[in-house]
Amino acid sequence: MEHIRMPKVENVRLLDRLSSRRAVVGTLYLTATHVIFVENGSETRKETWVLHSQISSIEKQATTATGCPLLIRCKNFQVIQLVIPQERDCHDVYISLIRLARPVKYEELYCFSFNPKLDKEEREQGWKLVDLNEEYNRMGVPNNYWQISDVNRDYGVCDSYPTEVYVPKSATAHIIVGSSKFRSRRRFPALSYYCKGNNASICRSSQPLSGFSARCLEDEQMLQAIRKANPGSDFIYVVDTRPKLNAMANRAAGKGYENEDNYSNIKFQFIGIENIHVMRNSLQKMLEVCELKSPSMSDFLWGLENSGWLKHIKAIMDAGIFIAKAVAEEGVSVLVHCSDGWDRTAQVCSVAGLLLDPYYRTMKGFMVLIEKDWVSFGHKFNHRYGNLDGDPKEISPVIDQFIECVWQLMEQFPCAFEFNERFLIHIQHHIYSCQFGNFLCNSQKERRELKIKERTYSLWAHLWKNRADYLNPLYRSDHSQTQGTLHPQIAPCNFLYKFWSGMYNRFEKGLHPRQSVTDYLMAVKEETQQLEEELEALQERLANLQKSQSGNNKVKSKQQDRSKQFGLYTSNNSLANTPQEYSNDLKSFPSRSPSQGDEDSALILTQDNLKSSDPDLSANSDQESGVEDLSCRSPSGGGCLPSEDSGKDSDEAVFLAG
Amino acid sequence: LLRSSQPLTGPNRRRCREDEKLLGTILDEGERGFIIDTRSAQAAKQARMSGGGTEPKSCYPQWRRLHRALDRGRPLQESFVRLVEACSDPSLSMDRWLARLDSSRWLSHVKAALSTACLAAQCLDREDSNVLVHGAEGTDTTLLVTALAQLILDPSCRTLEGFQALLQREWIEAGHPFHLRCARSASSHARGKQEAPLFLLFLDCVWQLSRQFPFSLEFGEQLLLTLFDNAYASSYGTFLCNNEKERSLCKVKESTHSLWAWLNQPEEKHKYLNPLYSHNPLVIWPSVEPQSIQLWQGLFLRWIRPSQHLDEAWAEIQRLVEGS
Repeated sequence: MEHIRMPKVENVRLLDRLSSRRAVVGTLYLTATHVIFVENGSETRKETWVLHSQISSIEKQATTATGCPLLIRCKNFQVIQLVIPQERDCHDVYISLIRLARPVKYEELYCFSFNPKLDKEEREQGWKLVDLNEEYNRMGVPNNYWQISDVNRDYGVCDSYPTEVYVPKSATAHIIVGSSKFRSRRRFPALSYYCKGNNASICRSSQPLSGFSARCLEDEQMLQAIRKANPGSDFIYVVDTRPKLNAMANRAAGKGYENEDNYSNIKFQFIGIENIHVMRNSLQKMLEVCELKSPSMSDFLWGLENSGWLKHIKAIMDAGIFIAKAVAEEGVSVLVHCSDGWDRTAQVCSVAGLLLDPYYRTMKGFMVLIEKDWVSFGHKFNHRYGNLDGDPKEISPVIDQFIECVWQLMEQFPCAFEFNERFLIHIQHHIYSCQFGNFLCNSQKERRELKIKERTYSLWAHLWKNRADYLNPLYRSDHSQTQGTLHPQIAPCNFLYKFWSGMYNRFEKGLHPRQSVTDYLMAVKEETQQLEEELEALQERLANLQKSQSGNNKVKSKQQDRSKQFGLYTSNNSLANTPQEYSNDLKSFPSRSPSQGDEDSALILTQDNLKSSDPDLSANSDQESGVEDLSCRSPSGGGCLPSEDSGKDSDEAVFLAG
Repeated sequence: LLRSSQPLTGPNRRRCREDEKLLGTILDEGERGFIIDTRSAQAAKQARMSGGGTEPKSCYPQWRRLHRALDRGRPLQESFVRLVEACSDPSLSMDRWLARLDSSRWLSHVKAALSTACLAAQCLDREDSNVLVHGAEGTDTTLLVTALAQLILDPSCRTLEGFQALLQREWIEAGHPFHLRCARSASSHARGKQEAPLFLLFLDCVWQLSRQFPFSLEFGEQLLLTLFDNAYASSYGTFLCNNEKERSLCKVKESTHSLWAWLNQPEEKHKYLNPLYSHNPLVIWPSVEPQSIQLWQGLFLRWIRPSQHLDEAWAEIQRLVEGS
């Protein structure tokens, strides 16, 4: 709290991103963990909550007659434009936020104060939900070819790897240690995925320190061991996910890639995925396109192409497809690496896993996948997503890209995933929110040192508890799409990659389809299930009772009530929406129909919570940034409609002809 | 909502009392109306040289004229051709795909058409004003705007039956020259001078509406694809000829079968219905932001992208809804 110069500012205006006409006036609060804007309206005091962890950048703009504008950009792509009446206040808020958004100690993060009111037992259970040992067992290891190794039990061999890794049976401790000395960051080849059906596997590592001519017997033996662990094939693929030029450049620094001459029976393959700096810039450019006011179709398409974003997504996907093919169709094991083996390697291994194994397309399986390939294998969450203030050059949307690959796949295979888009969006949100402890620090070692499991809560438990919101109504475990390997079309397929406005324009309700098909179908599904169960129960009763008139009537009216309720549900979805500003000639047009009210499912706190002048809001902190799935807590009740598409009025684009 | 063709003002600024009176009867004393001219102000002015023109303000004082340039004719056909070529080009890398998509300008046309229709709808619904729409001939962009505006405003046009009636009224009977416009297709090398995919543009806009309001149209994509097919080549007489006069001369009604009759048969109809439909009495205002307008893959990539998984998804949706 010592960083907050200005805990409360009144008469602040929150502008609609696209039109300064649509501004609401309210009070701005700064707490230890959030920035909160509370609208002044008399009835619904709509609130917008933003976690400090989510703040990506703050821009103080030139003071105008109306006040001093402050633009807050968030890592979950929310953009908040405030106008603070006094320049001095604005400056204080700005300075405070700068500091609050850049914590220096882990203890400052929200997860250490977040209190979902669970007891110690529940917290522990939450952390146990995802168990990697179970997962490896499910895959079929350890077995004749693969064993678990505790050579890294004290992180003595590699401090960014987990304590337990799976290695080929013929890889002795000596080989592992030797190989680790020949790998960047000591990240030796270890098992990521084992395919029970044909013994092919996906292993991952970092680049070898081969320079121009260095060799390492143990490293070569390691690769041989991987090959031998798959008797069905006499070679393995070694996939370097970097562009060839970059990999070659690394040789000058004493690193590089595997020479086919030195490693027996490998087939080497480059799959050029660009590095974290390119990706960071790519996202930046794409977000600039999103911030354009009233762009033309050309502005948008050109901007999108220029950013290169979809091209990068496709590159990651192509790599995953190559590996999945090698494993499933050719039955050949693959060793994947990039430079340090914690970015592109993670992306590509998890995409491949998703394509290969339907388990990872279930909700639980997906959590396991992330836990395995991202969390346990030392993806640098802290550096990449800025938990703490650090080097801006380390920041990069690596996991965001993976999450988008999943979404692109969901669009191509609508029946194949047990979870829906909202699940992905919430996971992305929480990677940056630091509300839960799963994505802190840079390695398992660091997390254990900080005692994350004893001091914070697991996101997985939270999502699992709310899993009804995250289900895909089209998923059926017995559907053809959910069996076996997914085969995305390889070419032509450029058109298959779409701009994910659900993520990058997440908070602009006006852009999205007004009615959520997913939520409707889930309701139908539940409805049908309920009716079927009801029917069964009633049929049983009828069989036991004497058939009487009143019995029949009861059945009928119950069913009618249900369908009326149901009908209400659907008509709620077809809420009135308001037109965009299609023309700036017609200035007399109201931009918002006065009777419409706000369909945003924003959290509406009761008056009691807001009474205190210095709201200690960590008690109510089970929230995202105040816009989405919080209607469950709305005092007005209604069905729990965590829909993001509940028909909010469209943004007001000043629209010009042609 | 009214439609017409351009007034024949000509270079000498001719007047026509009858025309002025006709438009005058529509408005009450002191009321204001809007004329949406689907040509740019400059094009409309230039039209005077060849005998056409616009309504001069002095003669039509109660009407306010707005220009919304919508492409038609040759530029629209070229746009369509370029898009089809971009979609079927196997060598196109991801680097260039969006640029090619953009250079076809097809999506810009969709955006412009929807925006203009929304503008007309806004005038009617929000300003409670009468609207007159015309371009040059009144047979192309005019009909695009009036038909779309009605879909936006009127829920009865969104039913299967209402939509067919809308097509019959606003496209067929209103005299859109199908025979000339849909003579060949984008795949054909020969380019007829009068060819232009206005009707396809209309169907694309309808598809955009269905995507943004998945519950509000009683019909689905399959109907739109069928209409597209039949406009170009059909076993039925519905889209034949250019206007009612020609149809009468050719005895179309006596010699051919109607597409509507076939579509409305119970065993056919269900293929075209939207299982998610639920009557929406309100006006549906689409977003015309670029992110909201997407390439109609179902049409442009119909033979290129694998549809199996999407078909399965659609079947699953039907199963879920019908099972309830």
